[in-house]
Amino acid sequence: MPLTTNTILICAGGACISSGEESVKNALERKIKEYNLQEAIKIVETGCMGACSIGPLMVIYPEGVYYQKLTPKAAEKIVEEHLLKGRIVEEYLYKGDKGKIVPQPQEEIPFFSRQVKIATRNLGIIDPLNIEEYIARDGYFALYKALKEMKPEEVINTIKESGLRGRGGAGFPTGLKWEFARKAPGDEKYMICNADEGDPGAFMDRSILEGDPHTIIEAMTIAGYAIGANKGYVYVRAEYPIAIERLSEALKQAHEYGFLGENILDSGFSFDIEIRIGAGAFVCGEETALINSIEGKRGQPRVKPPYPAQKGLWGKPTNINNVETLACVPPIIKNGPQWFRQWGTEKSPGTKVFALAGKVKNTGLVEVPMGITLRELIYEIGGGSPTGKKIKAVQTGGPSGGVIPEEYFDTPVDFESLTQLGAIIGSGGMIVLDEDDCMVDVAKFFLEFTVDESCGKCTPCREGTKIMYEILNKITNGEGTEDDIETLEKLGNIIKDSSLCGLGQTAPNPVLSTLRYYKDEYIAHVRDKACPAKKCRNLISYVIDTSKCVGCTACARVCPASCIDGEIKKPHEIDQEACIKCGSCIEVCRFGAISKVSPALD
Amino acid sequence: MPKIKSLEELMKIKEETLKNVKMRESGKRGKIIVAMGTCGIAAGAKETLNAIVEALNEFGVEDIKVVQSGCMGLCEVEPTIKVEIEGEIPVTYGHVTPENAKRIVKQHIVAGDLVGDLIVKQGEE
Amino acid sequence: MLETCEKHIELYKELDSYIQNFKGKKGALINVLHKAQELFGWLPPEVQEYVADKLNISPATVYGVVTFYNFFSTKPKGKSQIKICLGTACYVKGADRVMERFLDELGISEGEVTKDGKFSVHGVRCLGACSMAPVVLVGEKDFYGKVTPDMVPSILKKYKGEG
Repeated sequence: MPLTTNTILICAGGACISSGEESVKNALERKIKEYNLQEAIKIVETGCMGACSIGPLMVIYPEGVYYQKLTPKAAEKIVEEHLLKGRIVEEYLYKGDKGKIVPQPQEEIPFFSRQVKIATRNLGIIDPLNIEEYIARDGYFALYKALKEMKPEEVINTIKESGLRGRGGAGFPTGLKWEFARKAPGDEKYMICNADEGDPGAFMDRSILEGDPHTIIEAMTIAGYAIGANKGYVYVRAEYPIAIERLSEALKQAHEYGFLGENILDSGFSFDIEIRIGAGAFVCGEETALINSIEGKRGQPRVKPPYPAQKGLWGKPTNINNVETLACVPPIIKNGPQWFRQWGTEKSPGTKVFALAGKVKNTGLVEVPMGITLRELIYEIGGGSPTGKKIKAVQTGGPSGGVIPEEYFDTPVDFESLTQLGAIIGSGGMIVLDEDDCMVDVAKFFLEFTVDESCGKCTPCREGTKIMYEILNKITNGEGTEDDIETLEKLGNIIKDSSLCGLGQTAPNPVLSTLRYYKDEYIAHVRDKACPAKKCRNLISYVIDTSKCVGCTACARVCPASCIDGEIKKPHEIDQEACIKCGSCIEVCRFGAISKVSPALD
Repeated sequence: MPKIKSLEELMKIKEETLKNVKMRESGKRGKIIVAMGTCGIAAGAKETLNAIVEALNEFGVEDIKVVQSGCMGLCEVEPTIKVEIEGEIPVTYGHVTPENAKRIVKQHIVAGDLVGDLIVKQGEE
Repeated sequence: MLETCEKHIELYKELDSYIQNFKGKKGALINVLHKAQELFGWLPPEVQEYVADKLNISPATVYGVVTFYNFFSTKPKGKSQIKICLGTACYVKGADRVMERFLDELGISEGEVTKDGKFSVHGVRCLGACSMAPVVLVGEKDFYGKVTPDMVPSILKKYKGEG
């Protein structure tokens, strides 16, 4: 790749455009091309730089030279003198105060403006290893308020009134959970933070632990006070080494400052937190399995009831909340329940953090008010497709969730609406899929996951998901029948009704929801042996369009199976028998001569 | 560190830290915050951090602190850094490769000009 | 099999002192196994029996826990473990092809160790850096984002020189 030596920022604000910015830019481009510099010099149009009286205006980096009152002729001269020979063109040079001229990005990315940050309020702002920066952002003030000014019941009522619901997947009201644990008889109780963020595609809990570990410590201590527990555990995935490291350090600091340990803030309340590291088992995100794992056992779920609130860790009343839920607690205590309710909907108040990933431009973490539509989330904040291909659907809720097709993107995102569509909010992972993604293949991907992660305790999940996976495998290999589709549906519903825990009960969702919206794709696989998205290897062939192939031999050289033949400068051909369908050829062809067809050629 | 017992002590830390954030007390003019979550690190934030420290040394800049933070969310443009200079609007830059880091130090920190093409956001939350 | 050379005596000593930290605390098994795997690289039967003995539980219970969790390995692993994220975002962005390339370059299959003992390749659960998909983690902390099959040789090169 040639190195960019210069970047030119040209102001495309309204005033500069009206004084001829476009013709200046065209002149620049023309001249740059003439000297064959187009690879080395990047031209960026910016928003208004705020110096309209001297426009059209441009800035050349890395030197940081400002040129003013430009004309096409001036532009040509600047290319020849400045860019080519490195001589500054004095006659157009702006010598005034540069501080007032601020090159703005062409468009402010709406990524930030639509967000309301509660759970992620400190991410990227404070140094996670500096407790004083956390305090400076009102950290531990909520703990003070709860311990010194509120009774445990008042804390619980505040959370109940705020309407906060569990952000880990099920959406159970948090205040109610606390109340159950509070009311359960027993002197010894436990508070657990579920940081076993196992849903592939969700990474908000990791980000919160890595970027703001003190908020979890503060929230757990408040929760411990509310339910009457003196001991807390954070159960973190072993896949998150950085989160574990930062949380450990934060625990030390909290001890030093007296926010953990005996007689916290002179309130008489004592609380301590221990980290327990997971060992790679998805099912441990289920609360009873998680409890078993903390006890050092195989992480298999227990039969409910009794619920953890009655009989949890070591048989004692236990309350479990997920990371993002806990991160909302300190601000709610500090600002009151009504403050939290100003965002979101009646039944799903507040905000939710989503992890945008897959075929979307602005991937990342966003925290938005509940009730925002999927379209706003994916197109406005996410910026839509990065390649211009048509977005087909979004997968939410990981292996327990489902797909939502594009035509339903105007649905508001809240717990109830997504459930109605056969998907769930889940932990907030959103994987955007486009026309290249095969829905049968996506379903198979998740089933492979659940088969591998099923703990084996109950038969419907252990055996049922395996059979479903085998059927899906058959279908994607082009060996399926229409009866198979029916069996999938039937089996899925049985597993849903008869499995022991949440993992099994939701495992068929990816299949059932793709069947609901994309049955035609399933049928194409079994009836026509075709994969409409051209993804399933056994159902496609790679072909070379002889009218486009110039015989450059690029494809033949990368083919690992040496199955592409042809003379130089003559159209090439793929030997279908030998082709392993790896797709390497399509990536190197610069003439768009290679394409995929489905069904496969014989 | 004696254990905190009262609201006054808590307020004191808050105020002192906020003052410190304002830098004057610490003799620093500003700071560069590097987002170092797992995604940032995967995108090369460690190399970026090193490049910033090297560039500051190279240009003899001593009044700028380099600190780390968690992920600011816009992973697509990682590595990201935020430049906060006393009395100026904070600026967040994206795609900060080691080369771009050097450019930001030279242009923004030393010369005082914003690096327009790398800006993803200006201002606080 | 693991020979009890001097180095291993040291490792057992370190494991002992770690186990001491958990005196009086319940449910230490998983944490102890993490430590043991960190020290020995994997969990051979002798180490499992040793842990069982020290914690006063049956070897069967230890084995049951070891085999339940993906993280614990009853087979040796390479010096540099290459972990390829197989989460959804990585999958839709082509992690399978990155995996194939690693296996090709090293001439091993998943879970195997190269002859020189330097590398092993493992598909792992979501590493939580989905926006950087596909993601590869080498060792404990070297994350690589937006990995394409073409980047594989240069990633491997960084670790080939080491010990």
